[in-house]
Amino acid sequence: MDLTQMQRRLVDYTSSLFREGYLDDQFTQLQQLQDESNPDFVFEVVTLFFEDSQRLINELGEALDQQNVDFKKVDAHVHQLKGSSSSIGAQRVKNVCVIFRNYCEERNTERCMRCLQQLKHENSLVKTKLETLFRLQQQILTAGGSIPMWSE
Amino acid sequence: MATETIYPKHVVDSQQLHVLAVDDSLVDRKVIERLLKISSFKVTTVDSGKRALQYLGLDGEKSSAGFDGLKVNLIITDYWMPGMTGYELLKKIKESSTFREVPVVIMSSESVLTRINRCLEEGAEEFIVKPVQLSDVKRLKNNIKREEVSVVVTEEHVPIVTHKRKFHETMDSSTTERKIEDATDDSTSDISILSASTSPTSSASSSTSTSSSPLNSPSRRIKTCDDSD
Repeated sequence: MDLTQMQRRLVDYTSSLFREGYLDDQFTQLQQLQDESNPDFVFEVVTLFFEDSQRLINELGEALDQQNVDFKKVDAHVHQLKGSSSSIGAQRVKNVCVIFRNYCEERNTERCMRCLQQLKHENSLVKTKLETLFRLQQQILTAGGSIPMWSE
Repeated sequence: MATETIYPKHVVDSQQLHVLAVDDSLVDRKVIERLLKISSFKVTTVDSGKRALQYLGLDGEKSSAGFDGLKVNLIITDYWMPGMTGYELLKKIKESSTFREVPVVIMSSESVLTRINRCLEEGAEEFIVKPVQLSDVKRLKNNIKREEVSVVVTEEHVPIVTHKRKFHETMDSSTTERKIEDATDDSTSDISILSASTSPTSSASSSTSTSSSPLNSPSRRIKTCDDSD
């Protein structure tokens, strides 16, 4: 595959992520903050996010596993995850967090647990997608090309 | 070749502006730091209100006269933080004779009018809805220069920007107040509120904001209407 084809593939793949709602405008914002002086900025932020999200998902699992669920605590965790997912543009994750918080308010353990499952799913999905994205970018860079900037 | 290089004032000014950014989220700290640095601010980040006070020497451990760090021109803080909220931090800063003149900006992911007003009444310069974008930081920078004050940005979630009059004479604050409702996470209400209130103001938006997401675009417009000057 030549460079142009690789770049084409990257653009198409990235567009699909936006189209399917995995990413939103905030991700584009992050891309704009990356430059020669900070060539790995997006990758670094995204990596931090997944460390954070994993931790929060684990804590949510523990919190919901209790006899008497502390919904304030659960809500606080979800709020954090909502914030950080919003900051990197992980739209689907963020949207689950919004629903999750409503169930926290209702103190509905079962629904909360379902949201947690959904969170795990969406988190895992977007992680895989972004890993693919970064891999495609890396292929281009290794081949000596540059990453095409797009405005989605 | 001239022996002296004349820099445009804004270049010199921005290089001297130092921001203290406060947020408990590591992801957000990284992003805000980058946003600020790319806008030519010097940045110090801390993860709590307590540490912010320590940095400023306001934690009671140092005398008010002793401030070892770089002069702080702006504090930006998150609203929702465990321990001390951004609002509480704001109050402490405004109580301090040394730092009360330092502009404090609050950031929040939630648009709650009562919260905005409370922070403004306490002396916050501005509220920014998270996620913070480059256009927000650019606008802040312009406002600081215009005001010739330092801005402190706290990463408190501040819904839709409520500009103080000195920042923004043209914005009709009563319009904003009438339209903004006590929304929680309901982004739809934010959209209708914001788009309604943006009509009297300039619709020019920052070039960095492509606003594909409806949630973002109206708030961006409100926030960037300063840039149109």
